[in-house]
Amino acid sequence: MTMRNAFARRFAAALLPAALAAGAAVPAAAQSLTGAGATFPYPIYSKWFDMYGEKTGVRINYQSIGSGAGIQQVRAGTVDFGASDAALSNDRLREMPRRVVHFPTVAGAVVLAYHLPGTSKPLQLTPEVIAAIYLGKITTWNDRRVAAANPGVELPAAPILAVHRADGSGTTNIFTSYLSAISAEWKDLVGANTSVSWPSGVGGKGNEGVAGLVRQTPGAIGYVELAYAKQNRLPVALVRNRAGRFVAPSLASTTAAAAGSAAALAKDVRTPIVNAAGPDAWPIAGLTFLLVYQDQKDPAKAKALADFIAWAIHEGQSVAEALDYARLPEAVVKVNEASLRTLTAAGRPVIAGR
Amino acid sequence: MWADEAYRRLLGALALLVPVVAALVLYETARGAGPSLRVFGWGFLVSTDWDPVAERFGALPYLYGTLVSSAIAMALAVPFGIGSAVFLAELAPPRLGAVVSFVIDLLASIPSIVYGIWGLFVLAPWLRSAAEPWLTAHVGFLPLFQGFPFGIGMLNAGIVLAIMVVPTVVSISREILLATPRSLREAALALGSTRAEAIAVAVDAARPGILGAAILALGRALGETMAVTMVIGNTNRISASLLAPGATMASVIANEFAEATGKLYLSALVEIALVLFALTVVVNALARLLVVATTGGRRDVAGAA
Repeated sequence: MTMRNAFARRFAAALLPAALAAGAAVPAAAQSLTGAGATFPYPIYSKWFDMYGEKTGVRINYQSIGSGAGIQQVRAGTVDFGASDAALSNDRLREMPRRVVHFPTVAGAVVLAYHLPGTSKPLQLTPEVIAAIYLGKITTWNDRRVAAANPGVELPAAPILAVHRADGSGTTNIFTSYLSAISAEWKDLVGANTSVSWPSGVGGKGNEGVAGLVRQTPGAIGYVELAYAKQNRLPVALVRNRAGRFVAPSLASTTAAAAGSAAALAKDVRTPIVNAAGPDAWPIAGLTFLLVYQDQKDPAKAKALADFIAWAIHEGQSVAEALDYARLPEAVVKVNEASLRTLTAAGRPVIAGR
Repeated sequence: MWADEAYRRLLGALALLVPVVAALVLYETARGAGPSLRVFGWGFLVSTDWDPVAERFGALPYLYGTLVSSAIAMALAVPFGIGSAVFLAELAPPRLGAVVSFVIDLLASIPSIVYGIWGLFVLAPWLRSAAEPWLTAHVGFLPLFQGFPFGIGMLNAGIVLAIMVVPTVVSISREILLATPRSLREAALALGSTRAEAIAVAVDAARPGILGAAILALGRALGETMAVTMVIGNTNRISASLLAPGATMASVIANEFAEATGKLYLSALVEIALVLFALTVVVNALARLLVVATTGGRRDVAGAA
């Protein structure tokens, strides 16, 4: 590291006059960047920062303090980038001092884990049933609407305990965005956010809190991240997607959801990818974002940051599956490439058109 | 002597530091709560809305949850705690008393998350499968014990809190009882009272201190966050039933602060902190008044209150 630093400094010193003369192309010497925000993508981000640091010497410090706190740090200008599981609404964007660009990095899925003793076939749920359960309108498992989606399954007469996340979370944002997309009543009554006013059920803290309640309460159903459900081997429900097929949650079906929303994402990358088109799309999916100011103050940092993002959306994707994240489909990578070209530092483009 | 003077000033400054920090905390909290105070005014305290999507905020469900869970905790912990303290101080062989009070002090140092996990994985299944069905079957005519028993909720939170604050009640009450003069008991016995009556005299003399112990316990119950969050169910609905889920002020702050976006939302959470601060002050003041009222201001022995 010290050797590389020394070399980089000498290299920079040699180039500096030329660079100044050219008025651009600041050398990417051993930079350090700071970021803060979402906890959901923290495992893959820290892996990326390690890999990227080894490859280029760029040090990235990231604090996973939660999306909301990360957004505040971006607003205060104390970090070079923020990270959030929920895209900023127009209101939130207006609170920002300058224009903020969203870069989706990976996709995640939210799944419904349940606890029904005595049933062996995976539970099948329609969008209407999920909304009615969380609205408190279906209260027992042997309700005919649940039974209609599960032919040949003997459902118990047990009461349903709908479990949600008590702490504000991107997982809740994805799930409530989905409910808002498929149920007009939910959209009017509750809406979508990282925390909402739940009409029924109980809250558990974190994925582990929700999973703990589901596991020990017969008749409970709750939503958790796909990665968490996979690692803990929770039974999860199949959900009928927009194409009318019951699909199982997986990394592939999550990527398919992002691909199915590509046209809308090209117009506005903040569009939720829930209830996406496509026969294999898992309907309860979401992207997680890096938040970056469009006009950067420090050209050298801006270049380092843009290079990192370009690396993360291309080479970085190869480690996604191993860490239980769904990779970005090609169409979304293209959207990111276009966004990268809009970044400027002191009025000049950070990345030359390529 | 200049050294005396310097020493006096140094200690004075150290003593002043505590009220200064308290005032700073109050000032910063009030400043952070500013936007929410301006938008919602006093309505914040009586509104049951807590809707981050529509940005309408009201603290009543959390105020209610804090008071009810603490009330359950006190109802369970105070009689139990005083009973144990009387036994340990008055009746138990001294060696047993020392061992038991060591264990009780140990209980006080267990991190609250451990109590939370115990509440979630041990207490909740027992409440769900045994205690709560029994309650609904036998005293279910009371609105307090209606609804389907899921094991987590206000009752679970109250019990966990009670266990967390019992050590405070026991160890302070025991110390106070041990500090009451032997002559009180001897005088009572000499006047022909029974053993129980003599103990009652000692307990009466220790009353201000025992009330002080209960106040300290209440303070801990009001502010406890982690364990309560894990077992209370976290919903912003007010329900008469103790079996139903609820939420407390401390738990909603812990749950929502990190992911709260938007100035008004954050400000409303800070205002919750301000309300909790005010509630703690009010409860402490009321409790102190209670001490004065019940003892007529006398401070016979170990007047800890």
